Amino acid sequence: MSINRKELEEIAALAQLNIPEHQIEQITASLNQVMQMIAHVNQADTSLVEPMAHPNDAWQIIRTDEVTDTTHKTDLLKLSSHADDDHYLVPKVIE
Amino acid sequence: MINISIREMSEMLQTKKISVQELCSLYYDRARAFNEQTNALITLYPELCAAEIMHAQETVKSGGSVLAGIPLVHKDLFCTKGKKTTCASRMLENFISPYDATVVKKLKTQGMVTLGKANMDEFAMGSSNEHSAFGIVNNPWSHQRVPGGSSGGSAAAVAARMVPVATGTDTGGSIRQPAAFCGITGIKPSYGRVSRYGMVAFASSLDQGGVLAPSADDCALVLSAMTGHDALDSTSANQPQWQWRKPESPDMRGLKVGVISSWIDSLQDEGIKQLTLQGIEYFKNNGAEIIEIELPHAELAVSAYYILAPAECSSNLSRFDGVRFGHQTAQAENLEALYRQSRSEGFGEEVQKRIMIGTWALSSGYYDAYYLQAQKVRRMISDDFKQAFAQVDVMACPVSPELAFKQGEKSDGVSMYQADQFTIPASLAGLPCLSMPIGFSQGLPVGLQLIGNYFDEQTILSIADKYQQQTDHHLKMPEAYL
Repeated sequence: MSINRKELEEIAALAQLNIPEHQIEQITASLNQVMQMIAHVNQADTSLVEPMAHPNDAWQIIRTDEVTDTTHKTDLLKLSSHADDDHYLVPKVIE
Repeated sequence: MINISIREMSEMLQTKKISVQELCSLYYDRARAFNEQTNALITLYPELCAAEIMHAQETVKSGGSVLAGIPLVHKDLFCTKGKKTTCASRMLENFISPYDATVVKKLKTQGMVTLGKANMDEFAMGSSNEHSAFGIVNNPWSHQRVPGGSSGGSAAAVAARMVPVATGTDTGGSIRQPAAFCGITGIKPSYGRVSRYGMVAFASSLDQGGVLAPSADDCALVLSAMTGHDALDSTSANQPQWQWRKPESPDMRGLKVGVISSWIDSLQDEGIKQLTLQGIEYFKNNGAEIIEIELPHAELAVSAYYILAPAECSSNLSRFDGVRFGHQTAQAENLEALYRQSRSEGFGEEVQKRIMIGTWALSSGYYDAYYLQAQKVRRMISDDFKQAFAQVDVMACPVSPELAFKQGEKSDGVSMYQADQFTIPASLAGLPCLSMPIGFSQGLPVGLQLIGNYFDEQTILSIADKYQQQTDHHLKMPEAYL
């Protein structure tokens, strides 16, 4: 398995990343090297094996849905470099 | 004074031979003096926290925790309230956490005093600490060499005794390999043993918090305080706090130690090979039975890991969008450009590479062939361990096939990935494992890995402690830091 320039650009778009033009060749080669290495997983006959997503038998813990009067809005908005008192600020979405 | 155990420090505090302020200042001054040489810390706090010192003094006075008054640093991916948590990334360069990670909170409650935050590979992705936005960490044993990674700053800080203990995290070897490269002890407990709440995620089904310190006893004392079920982490195991029982004698009679000869035979470095064999011989001489075991699918572990970990990383790191926290670009005309440019400016090269590998493995057409296949291989490796633990109590094997290598020596990323071959299998299975120092080759430290059964940290730490009762490799310090 290997990827070309077009596929790299598609992956970068899915990952929300920009690849500078001068790095495309080097990054494509680097990813292809990794893909060659990870392709070894296909050597195993796994036809009768259940996938293992997690080491423990984890399950989703659901807490009681209770109304509380606490809010961390001010603390959390402070973490953004672009926010006013009530909102995160981003470039205009609707013209 | 700087090369004594946590128990000895605690005893000195209790008998008033030293005060909390004096002990913490001693280490703080060392941390400040040696950080230029090692670059082990991203943040050294401007001064000791008065509230933490006071709490430590009160805890010592009341005869509370053995950890009261002991200074430490946290790997810079544990959230620390009101302080920077950078993950060694430009993305979080100015991120001030609004809360403490459970690990941070628990150790603070014990009266431990935080001096700062340790350097690491960006978002814990790397095995050399060369992928930090805040510079490479120098191995205290040889400044031109790497300290290992990703908890390289934690390991270097302990090796130079800038602190007596540090927290770390291990996803595929990130505590064990730096501990081995820096000549100290490091434990990754069973997956779920330590809460991940407030520990910035890389690969959620693999990440686990742990400890790096000179000795197994030091590690065990701190680990014990970090454990216990946490309702804030849904993957936290429903287990009570683990209690460490220090063994009284080095006797190993009745213990069954599994070894994988093919792993040892594959070692190219003769020094590592001989020390590994000597370590196993030591167990035998102390009464342990050595049993040959096999992990037939472990040779596929590196390939499976480098699909699963990047897949989980691509999902976890999607939260960094430049809007709610983290770096935001100054040059974006629309929302998509804001996301893409902020992420491209904020993440380093290795992180972007892993995000793309993971995105690819999870994308349509490759999900079944790679991601699902890797999960099946993970099951096969986990089953291999289950069969092995039906025969043995513990496994002893190498940590790394190589000594701490020179900075810049591994420009080829894949060869660095492949060097994780001995640490990744236990990570995939979620087993507890540690690295302990067993000697030196070419003047550089070598570690031996012990892997235990699920939630049996006691056995591996006991064996390491018994070994350290009769040896002094873990007490050796690099000359420049004596």
